[in-house]
Amino acid sequence: MNRAKLFVPATLFGVLVIVLYLGFTLRDPTLLPSALLDKPFPGFDLPVLAGAPGERATRDRLLGETRLVNVWATWCPTCLAEHGELMRIRAETGLSIVGISYKDDSRKARQWLAHYGDPYDFNVVDLDGDLGVDLGVYGAPETFLVDAEGIIRFKHVGDVNPGVWRDEFEPRIAALKGKDEVAENRL
Amino acid sequence: MIVELGHFATILALGIAAGLAVVGYLSATRRNWARSATVLAAAQLLAVASGFAALLYAFLTSDFSVLYVTENSNTALPWYYKLSAAWGGHEGSFLLWTLMLAAWTWAVSIAGRRVPAEIHGRVLGTLGLLNAGFLLFLLSVSSPFERLIGGPAEGSDLNPLLQDFGQIVHPPMLYLGYVGFAVAFAFAVAALLARRLDAVWARWTRPWANVAWAFLTVGIALGSWWAYYELGWGGWWFWDPVENASFMPWLAGTALIHSLAVTEKRGAFKSWTVFLAIAAFSLSLLGAFIVRSGVLTSVHAFAVDPERGLYLLAFVVLAVGGALTLYGLRAPAIRARAHYWGLSRELMLLCNNLVLVLALAVILIYTLYPLAYEAVTAGEKTSIGPPYYNRVFVPLALALAAVLAVMPVSRWRRTPVVLFRNIGVMLVIALALGVLLPLVLGGAIAIGAMLAVGLGLWIAMTHVTDFRRRRRSLTRSYLGMVIAHLGFAISVVGVGVTSEFSHAVDARMTIGDSVKLNDVEYRLNRVERVEGPNYTADRVEFTTDTGVALYPEKRHYPARNQVMTEAGIAPGFLGDLYITLGEQLPDGSWGVRINDKPLVRWVWLGALLMAFGGILAVTDARYRRLSRRQSLPSRAVSGEPAVT
Repeated sequence: MNRAKLFVPATLFGVLVIVLYLGFTLRDPTLLPSALLDKPFPGFDLPVLAGAPGERATRDRLLGETRLVNVWATWCPTCLAEHGELMRIRAETGLSIVGISYKDDSRKARQWLAHYGDPYDFNVVDLDGDLGVDLGVYGAPETFLVDAEGIIRFKHVGDVNPGVWRDEFEPRIAALKGKDEVAENRL
Repeated sequence: MIVELGHFATILALGIAAGLAVVGYLSATRRNWARSATVLAAAQLLAVASGFAALLYAFLTSDFSVLYVTENSNTALPWYYKLSAAWGGHEGSFLLWTLMLAAWTWAVSIAGRRVPAEIHGRVLGTLGLLNAGFLLFLLSVSSPFERLIGGPAEGSDLNPLLQDFGQIVHPPMLYLGYVGFAVAFAFAVAALLARRLDAVWARWTRPWANVAWAFLTVGIALGSWWAYYELGWGGWWFWDPVENASFMPWLAGTALIHSLAVTEKRGAFKSWTVFLAIAAFSLSLLGAFIVRSGVLTSVHAFAVDPERGLYLLAFVVLAVGGALTLYGLRAPAIRARAHYWGLSRELMLLCNNLVLVLALAVILIYTLYPLAYEAVTAGEKTSIGPPYYNRVFVPLALALAAVLAVMPVSRWRRTPVVLFRNIGVMLVIALALGVLLPLVLGGAIAIGAMLAVGLGLWIAMTHVTDFRRRRRSLTRSYLGMVIAHLGFAISVVGVGVTSEFSHAVDARMTIGDSVKLNDVEYRLNRVERVEGPNYTADRVEFTTDTGVALYPEKRHYPARNQVMTEAGIAPGFLGDLYITLGEQLPDGSWGVRINDKPLVRWVWLGALLMAFGGILAVTDARYRRLSRRQSLPSRAVSGEPAVT
């Protein structure tokens, strides 16, 4: 065995460190370039949580009004933390919220909604996380702002709390609603 | 006040660890420093233990002026969960980690006194350096002693998932294993520094590697068992990144304890063995980084803090990068001709190592693939699910089982062909039984289970035969090996059978309803309201027509307003019955999932036997003799066979 071969582990380790470092810095959501921003919400065809037997939903059901699309799961403690805020937003502003039950046990998800209240218009079940991959979901919770044409306008990683709602979502929604009205008037 | 004293003791421990690093390396060449290194090792343990005791005290007295206590405890918790809540979060669990490293360091300073000073001093110095790094990390960005100004009257409670016996025993066992590999790591670094990498080095390292490996085995088995009964899915392994983080050092450790056998007995595989000794602990560190930096999402992950991740990454680079560079510079590089032929025991152990390292490499790549993919594609995501892992891991595990079954007849250097005569017959018998037993008892053709049962039986037959042949001259290390290998066979059978022969049914049931699953009738008898110490629960009673009662529960924890499902389990040696409650429907009926899981306990029973065998081997007389001698005559054969 010659000496150079003995440095193979150190070299491989160097590669590993680079991957870890890039992964670690990239996963900072503020640095993450969202490739989907101002792009159409990805297509999907998924079962509806607690819907009629066999009921499925597609991207078309997102069209027609500005909505929040919230990626959540019962295994995610932060989702519970933001749940109250979603309930408040739904109750006080009437904004439509659509849920993506992400890599979750549907029985648990239904039970969660029965227990804590249901702020969602409907939920789709993304059991394998395929839609999550299309959406570039890093982890639950994530919340997308989708306009009436089904275009993603904003993405928030982490919990939606009163501060995030006030600073990030409210101004953008107000702007979108304004645009919607202009569009309607033109028609 | 006590918390401040604990904080102070931990700061003191940092100083002592740094001192131990200096004094340890000095004592390697200066005889009169050796005593001081031993004293410092004891002082370090005392100081960290005081810090940890202060934290336990804060939890026991529910001192909510301490931020970490507020985040993880509650007055309504029973005392044993208050104590175990001390390692329920990142900061406290890391303090436990440093405590265990201090304990290992102290044990080495006592038990390793007869090891030559040039090694012993460097081992203690390396361990001191490692713990100094950990303590600095703890005190700078993860202090559990931080106070709140005007603390709240009530804490936010321990996550209900962690309010469990599993939380009391699983993390300490796991950490003992993780950190225990630091000793083998330190021995490797010391041997490279002292240029004394020989068979004697392997004999010193072996007991430490075995004990750490045994703890890690128990820790992983406990975690798997806990996930099985607590998460309510009835699964026992999920290929979750954090499970992988504990499994990778285990695979490296398993390869290490086998490779050490070759280095000790034959003086061969030296470079490879020392590499594995570095790798096992490096993978423990990598696991700590994965869990504590939030770099990968997982059910286990702690709260994310970028500072912590960067510090840990820097630490991993220094410790592992340093050791691997040292390895590149100092590991023996002599290419020698192989001193073993044909199906020798060396070859068997080489196969063992190749399979284990291959499995390790695949798991490492799969675990990090999503990260690498994201880095390369600038932000796109992907994920790798359990089927990918199983597709690679199951064949490798079966291959390992086949090698293991042949091993007992092999001999060092060269195996006389005549010895292989009987194992072919045993293979035929074992495979026949392997096909018949699942077919008759399970009533289905399941290739995986049949191979698992067949290979498991083959391992048992060859080992028991060899055991009977040797029963006049048994050593404890041999006995430990046989027990550990039978444990592996039991785990393989358990995994194979429970994976392929488990049944499940979902049903909506009200009181008086019955459901039939696999010829057993389950009846829902009654529902009652139960008051726990810090929760209220609906408890449902099921009985089967075979006379078994099960009590699954649905618990509500008011402190965090969280609902938990507690599975009702009727454990059995031959299989479990397992019921979880879904939601209660508006009409009062319950969603119910009923499972039967044959041989599921064998998975963990086998792991416990493996660990027991590993510990038993350490009590072998030759390691006790070792501690009474300055040094041993090296039995190393000259040169070293190429491993790769």
